[in-house]
Amino acid sequence: MIFDYETLKLIWWVLIGVLLIGFVISDGFDMGVGALLPFLGRDDDERRVIINTIGPHWEGNQVWFITAGGAIFAAWPAVYAAAFSGFYIAMLLVLFALFFRPVGFDYRSKIADPRWRTAWDWGLFAGGAVPALLFGVAFGNLLLGVPFSHDEFLRPSYSGSFWGLLHPFALLSGVLSLAMLMTHGALWLQLRTEAPIAARARAAARIAVLIMLAAFALAGIWLAFGVDGYRIVSMPPTDAPSNPLAKVVEIADGAWLNNYGRYPWMILAPVVAFAGGVGTFLLATIRRPGWAFITSALSMTGVILTAAFSMFPFILPSSTVPNSSLTVWDAPSSHLTLMVMFWAAAIFVPLILLYTFWSYRALWGKVTVKQIQENTHSAY
Amino acid sequence: MVEEVVELSRLQFAITAMYHFLFVPLTMGLSFLLVIMETVYVMTGKQIYRDMTQFWGKLFGINFALGVTTGITLEFQFGTNWAYYSHYVGDVFGAPLAIEGLMAFFLESTFIGLFFFGWERLSKVQHLTVTFLTALGSNLSALWILVANAWMQNPVGAEFNYQTMRMEMTSFYELLFNPVAQVKFVHTVAAGYVTGSMFVLGISAYYLLKGRDLPFARRSFAVAAGFGLASILSVIVLGDESGYNLGDVQRTKLAAIESEWETHEPPAGFILIGLPNEETQTTDYAIRIPYLLGLIATRTLTEPVYGIKDLLVDHEARIRTGITAYALLQKLRSGDPDEADRTAFEEAKKDLSYGLLLKRYTPNVVDATEAQIKQAARDTIPRVAPLFWSFRIMVAAGFLMLFIFAAAFYYCAKRREHRKRWLLRLALYGIPLPWIAAEAGWIVAEYGRQPWAIGEVLPTFLGVSSRTTGDLWFSLAGLVGFYTLLLVVELYLMFRFARLGPSSLHTGRYHFERSSGGAAGQPMDQQQ
Repeated sequence: MIFDYETLKLIWWVLIGVLLIGFVISDGFDMGVGALLPFLGRDDDERRVIINTIGPHWEGNQVWFITAGGAIFAAWPAVYAAAFSGFYIAMLLVLFALFFRPVGFDYRSKIADPRWRTAWDWGLFAGGAVPALLFGVAFGNLLLGVPFSHDEFLRPSYSGSFWGLLHPFALLSGVLSLAMLMTHGALWLQLRTEAPIAARARAAARIAVLIMLAAFALAGIWLAFGVDGYRIVSMPPTDAPSNPLAKVVEIADGAWLNNYGRYPWMILAPVVAFAGGVGTFLLATIRRPGWAFITSALSMTGVILTAAFSMFPFILPSSTVPNSSLTVWDAPSSHLTLMVMFWAAAIFVPLILLYTFWSYRALWGKVTVKQIQENTHSAY
Repeated sequence: MVEEVVELSRLQFAITAMYHFLFVPLTMGLSFLLVIMETVYVMTGKQIYRDMTQFWGKLFGINFALGVTTGITLEFQFGTNWAYYSHYVGDVFGAPLAIEGLMAFFLESTFIGLFFFGWERLSKVQHLTVTFLTALGSNLSALWILVANAWMQNPVGAEFNYQTMRMEMTSFYELLFNPVAQVKFVHTVAAGYVTGSMFVLGISAYYLLKGRDLPFARRSFAVAAGFGLASILSVIVLGDESGYNLGDVQRTKLAAIESEWETHEPPAGFILIGLPNEETQTTDYAIRIPYLLGLIATRTLTEPVYGIKDLLVDHEARIRTGITAYALLQKLRSGDPDEADRTAFEEAKKDLSYGLLLKRYTPNVVDATEAQIKQAARDTIPRVAPLFWSFRIMVAAGFLMLFIFAAAFYYCAKRREHRKRWLLRLALYGIPLPWIAAEAGWIVAEYGRQPWAIGEVLPTFLGVSSRTTGDLWFSLAGLVGFYTLLLVVELYLMFRFARLGPSSLHTGRYHFERSSGGAAGQPMDQQQ
């Protein structure tokens, strides 16, 4: 095998990050568009314009989410098991909200009744807003620590409740995530539509990105002063077989900032998040939505990396039994599985990017009310 | 382990998987029918084939949406509801699922957008390529899911590691080329083609019965008849029974399907029909066809097909070894194991799973009583009657479809199919047949796998998440509620557009858009 086990564990931490960032950049904008749909589209034609800017692409985008789920299953089975069963109710709410999307897009305009269409519009709203909010809440809870533990045979069990997830810090993370995706969605609309939708989208992007910047700053201060971090006291060698119970972990004030002292370059992540956000605001203001879309993508990447760097090597810290926490070193699959999955990702991710870009290029251009009226029976 | 949580988790998985499989086979089959129709369009340039691709594509889209909706749940449900399963086998089982996403689902989902939105933007050949890649994606998707499923039936290429308390992959090659995966793939994909064909055949028959849009309907009918006949023959000839001699789980399943209590002198006879009786362990009123089962299942005249009674004896012995394996595992897990223990465990660990079956009766396993061991052995045989009957329903539906496709093909060749009203009615009312067969087939495959989640590796009841019955009722109610509501909406749209037919394309060339409305003197009808 070309990589040793320790290197592969690290590579998979990076690859899961790539999939999550890919998800936020691509599916993020269509979820943001969904969340904005009832507010930016004032009549049926306008709403159809909005829907048709993402109609051909949302489906492929959503696969980033599904593949990230599958990749966590394959590369970090312990995380997949503990997190998804722990966040049971939240996970189901995300799924229920996502149900509205495939049917919403395809069925909405097949029937002309305005009540039918309005109902699906709100379905698409839920399908965008609820996951965007709850993903943020989930990330916030990772930073807070999750009440779960393993028994001697490594069966995970969760001792919190759904309401326990709604800690104020987690809710702030939820607001951050929703604002971030709405910014991204609004920029997409500014880019792909004409006035008056584009003008409304521009206003929405400017407000959303300011909320995002404020939430990110507040969350950073809170993390530094108000949230306890986790620290590994002792653990087996990093290339040992995955056994989450073999290490000793302690909860420590401000431990989530330790990495920035140890690896000063990590500070780049929050810097990019801020700079990207500010750049987005300016570029949206001077009507450069294409560039603003890119800075917004950079900013979201910075936000996700900030969370990831703060926690490294933790993935899922346990607040009740800290030694049960799952880390980059003791949550992964076996050496062979990580290697096989590395090759799968190395071959297919570039291919996916290639044909995804081709699909965007083939359908590029502004979507207009006139086009919708001309293709009223085939457009979404 | 709360028994009710186990039952509800199983029920939820069964319901969500069966809902999902209402849509999957049609996606697989219809996508290739679209490729065929569009290929004819690109080669001949005839507009009617483009209309066919677009109209059947519209119905394809209505179906596809719910396929995606119901599919999302399945990707995450292993984690939400089967957490210990996910921990225990994720190292092996997760890989094909993740590769499915990377290799297949991305492809299918990206290109389906271009299929619907690319008609005006792409060249003819580019669009055909897009349609082909969508179909390829959906079929590759089936490949990886079936590789994962086949591993549950016949877990090759993996080994238990006591340090990590889980199964770990030892050979990706063996996982991928699992013989059970191969037969399952061919069988399932061909069944999908049958579903797509039956769907197009039946709806086209409806237009022919109504005497509308004849050229459109007759061409669609002919394509479906040809593709369907080839597909149903593949399903029957390459039925996945040939996979049933691989591994103990498949052998047990076969014995239950056949309600075969005794091991007979090879080659075994096939019980065509009878009444399975669990009490007396016999099959009452059995009608046997000599030699047939031995031929189907082993493809030889010399290999035996094991009966349930012999399998039970074997399983009981393995439970006893399993107790030893469990005791050794406890010793290894408690730290500082010596070499002898490790060697002894390696020797006994293939039966560890049989020891785990006892956890249902005694959490500590090693203190199991004789009665508990007997009980656990009985658990290794799934209930016979549901399997016996599901299998026969599937086969009956299959042969009925063979007849329909054969007749349709014959009369198409004779160019008389549009006048055979009995055939058209049969095709129309036969539309549910492939769904009945497919759902019955999955009941055979998965109910027949019990009591194992992963054959001879992990008992189903151990795989569940540590959740409460309240959580389970919430999710079950939500999932069933949403799915049923969406299914009703889907069927409403499907019926509406199927009834409307190609007129829904608004090209001005079809039945409901022409002011005359009658049957004679219309331009398209004269093109025959």
